[in-house]
Amino acid sequence: MKKKLITSLLGAALCLTPHVGAAPVKVGMITTLSGGGSGLGVDVRDGFMLAVKTANRSDLEVIVEDDARKPALAVQIADKMIQKEKVDILTGIIWSNLAMAVVPSTVNQGVLYLSPNAGPSALAGQGCHKNYFNVAWQNDNLHEAMGNYANSADHKNSFILAPNYPAGKDALTGYKRLYKGNLAGEIYTKLGQKDYAAEIAQIRASGADSVYIFLPGGMGIAFMKQYSQAGMTTPIMGPAFSFDQGILKAVGKAALGVRNSSQWNKDIDNAANKVFVADFEAAYGRLPSLYASQGYDTANLILSAMDSADINDQDAFRAALKSAQFDSVRGDFRFGNNQHPIQDIYVREVVMEGDVLTNKIIGVGLKDHQDAYAANCSL
Amino acid sequence: MDVILLLEQLLNGLQLGIMLFLIAAGLTLIFGVMGLINLAHGSLYMIGAFACAAVATWSGSFWLGLMASLTFAAAAGALIEVVIMRRLYHREHLDQVLATFALILICSEGTRWLFGSFPLYLDVPDIFYGAVNLFGVLQYSRYRLFIIVIGLFTALCIYLLINKTRIGMRIRAGAADRQMTAALGINISLLYTLVFALGAALAGFSGALVGSIQSVEVGMGEPVLILAFVVVVIGGIGSIRGALVGALLVGMVDTLGRGYLPQILQLLLDPVFANTLGAALSSIAIYLLMIVILVFKPKGLFPAHG
Amino acid sequence: MSEKMLNRALLSLLIIAPWLAHWIDEPYYVSLATRIAILALAGVGLNIALGLGGMVSFGHAAFFGIGGYVTGILASHALNYEPLFSGIFAMSGSTQMLFIWPIAMLVGAIAAIFIGLLSLRTSGVYFIMITLAFAQMIYYFSISWPNYGGEDGLPIYLRNSFPGVNTLQPIQFFMICCTILLITLWGVSRLQDSRFGNALKALRQNETRVAAVGISPLGIKLAAFVISAMITALAGSLFADLNRFVSPTMFSWHTSGQIMIFVILGGIGRLYGPVAGAIMFILCEALLGSWTEYWQFFLGLLLLWVVLFARGGLIGLLCGDKAHD
Repeated sequence: MKKKLITSLLGAALCLTPHVGAAPVKVGMITTLSGGGSGLGVDVRDGFMLAVKTANRSDLEVIVEDDARKPALAVQIADKMIQKEKVDILTGIIWSNLAMAVVPSTVNQGVLYLSPNAGPSALAGQGCHKNYFNVAWQNDNLHEAMGNYANSADHKNSFILAPNYPAGKDALTGYKRLYKGNLAGEIYTKLGQKDYAAEIAQIRASGADSVYIFLPGGMGIAFMKQYSQAGMTTPIMGPAFSFDQGILKAVGKAALGVRNSSQWNKDIDNAANKVFVADFEAAYGRLPSLYASQGYDTANLILSAMDSADINDQDAFRAALKSAQFDSVRGDFRFGNNQHPIQDIYVREVVMEGDVLTNKIIGVGLKDHQDAYAANCSL
Repeated sequence: MDVILLLEQLLNGLQLGIMLFLIAAGLTLIFGVMGLINLAHGSLYMIGAFACAAVATWSGSFWLGLMASLTFAAAAGALIEVVIMRRLYHREHLDQVLATFALILICSEGTRWLFGSFPLYLDVPDIFYGAVNLFGVLQYSRYRLFIIVIGLFTALCIYLLINKTRIGMRIRAGAADRQMTAALGINISLLYTLVFALGAALAGFSGALVGSIQSVEVGMGEPVLILAFVVVVIGGIGSIRGALVGALLVGMVDTLGRGYLPQILQLLLDPVFANTLGAALSSIAIYLLMIVILVFKPKGLFPAHG
Repeated sequence: MSEKMLNRALLSLLIIAPWLAHWIDEPYYVSLATRIAILALAGVGLNIALGLGGMVSFGHAAFFGIGGYVTGILASHALNYEPLFSGIFAMSGSTQMLFIWPIAMLVGAIAAIFIGLLSLRTSGVYFIMITLAFAQMIYYFSISWPNYGGEDGLPIYLRNSFPGVNTLQPIQFFMICCTILLITLWGVSRLQDSRFGNALKALRQNETRVAAVGISPLGIKLAAFVISAMITALAGSLFADLNRFVSPTMFSWHTSGQIMIFVILGGIGRLYGPVAGAIMFILCEALLGSWTEYWQFFLGLLLLWVVLFARGGLIGLLCGDKAHD
């Protein structure tokens, strides 16, 4: 009887601390580390690895590989990580078109995918999947926040501009979803276009009271420089992507005063964020970016799930992920039914701190915001 | 239709054309003299922009940066010519394509190794900020006017160099008949190194000028490379005059297409569909232009002699 | 080593290695071999234009992508039960490879006739650039046209099927691709020795003489260009099924360049050149990529070394100069 009691107590103890002897977790990261746009991938990787190093756990293994921003290569690496390395979790992809190439077949093969950046609408609505988690945002979110903010900032005649590709269309649709004023113009430019003289002339002629742009990467740098060199003063708004830490230095003073929307900033006041910003600067010698914060959160989400579930019990592990029991650097964070974030989205302004350009939060664009596609998801 | 806006767009087309000419001039020079397909032209453009950004940031002077772009690109060009290109002149075009494609990979990743993955800062000097008033009705960016002037000046310099100087005579002779020129006692391999370095310097210079209003980042040279090829082929390979005309044509078609195609289509079609179709068509307009020209003039607008 | 022996060695390697990988349960190497076989097939297609006909097409990505998109579009219509077009001739989508392949090749052929008729008026570098321009046009169009995904591309949720074969099984799909490659290699070797092949080779050497004996240069060249495009389109269709995904990058000039590199790397105009080139390039990409994040730098050095010091490509390096044909 006594013996029986001891064994059952032992059993109970084992149940309470499942990570004792739980299987190790293997994470594959496919991200863009070479060529144009590699700054984003480097930031996601550095943020992710910072959290992994801080946790210092022997039961978590991460392998990183470069997709060079080519969909076919990303698919090839995903095959390798799933079939050869037998990873439990894939993560890391930056671009929507690469995510659309890799994610559907990954989640159908029973591997979990955690997105640290891209959130195409096709994966948020009917195409949602129990193995797919988005830790960043749904693609429309930041644009919706800016559209909502434009109302409160009394902008009534916006000129809106984005490259002619699906993410660009989603961006302007997102802005228009909550924006109530008129449109002074709506232009789709060629993807990768670097000269905006023709568009700036149209903006000047349109009499707009504000301009909303979604031009990621080098396109945004080029637009901002040309806009300010042309002596334009109509206020610019945009999502964080063209005004984030990695890119601000290259835009220079042309970015000063621009308002942009982001779910994170380095001055969000919580303990986790303070540690993150200080550790990141100490480890890499530069200020963290939005992308680094997303990589960091993704790693911490995985670590939190490892604390409460065994990876071999996938149902339990998924439930642990979905409960999001980790201290996000952006403050409150939870998943909606479609496993995309419900979170606050802030409005920031580009300011000069000493001789460094950076962002400061000036308001909240949307509180506890969930994406528009969640209702179509059957999860 | 708004006349002032049309005027400004015409000026923008001219400016884009001049910018394209700066980029394409070096390519057509190398093409014409040595018969070399240099896919790495975009990489030299990138090297110039990075050299300018690095030196301008370090010294605080944009002008020093411009000098550096010329120097570094010319040096890189000379090095590439001596070590690699020299062995490829008598080979097939395909070998040149493969070798210069390899050079793109080496230059891009080498630059990233040196400078990191993040875009670099490069801005125009303060005197170029803002707009000047043209004809009393039109505000136009100072820097873009500066580019127009520099571009026309460069075109003139190249014209004088090729047609009025001794070295230009040798270059023309080398392009026409390599063996005969060598037989006359001219050091043809030195001449080729010089031409390649000159072409590289032009590429680097344009990289610095254009990079300062666009963006300085790894991979910036590749879209530019294709545009430069389009310009060179429209104009006629090896012809500087052709490159100028081709560049202006491409600049005009691209700018006016972007500005007006969607609006014109809206007169005929449903607005949403017209917008989509207009954006799609204007992004392929220059390729359509090139195809139409080549169908009627298979050797470009100004076929070079020989 | 004689070229014949090397060719046999290459083929045996390509066929045996995946089976070994299959037996030791490493499906990744099977899909890597499938990728090689498919890209080699695209190279074999290009080699007809490039090596036999001397037509340096820098736009074969157009045909590769057309093959891919035909596959993706037919499959997505079949899966969503939407007719492809209706009216007098209604047509529905399909997930049958045996139905998709001919359509892909047919559409590729139509595009090639159109592009070829316009491009073959030019020659030399102008031909290189006009073929590139056509591919770029399709590339930008596919990015900006919103139907079928634009830049996001079009996922194929289930690999298309082939009677009697489970295409989801890597080794079985490999066998399909490999068989097509073998049949094509055989077909091309017959083509090389045919009257048509000889006329094409003669054309490459001296167009005026061929015209003088009463053969129309344009007809022969166009036919070769179209055959070349059809094979590349077929490869594109298989590539779409391999990745279960098509995207505009299939049309990009990088894809054209890559297919061209397989051909040059292996040895221009050699029947097995693209096979050798694809094996080397894909293996390098896969191995270097996991070794360093600067892998493209070393890939560049390697390519440069081959072009400078291994004239006639890999096969030329191992077997010496090609016998004059």
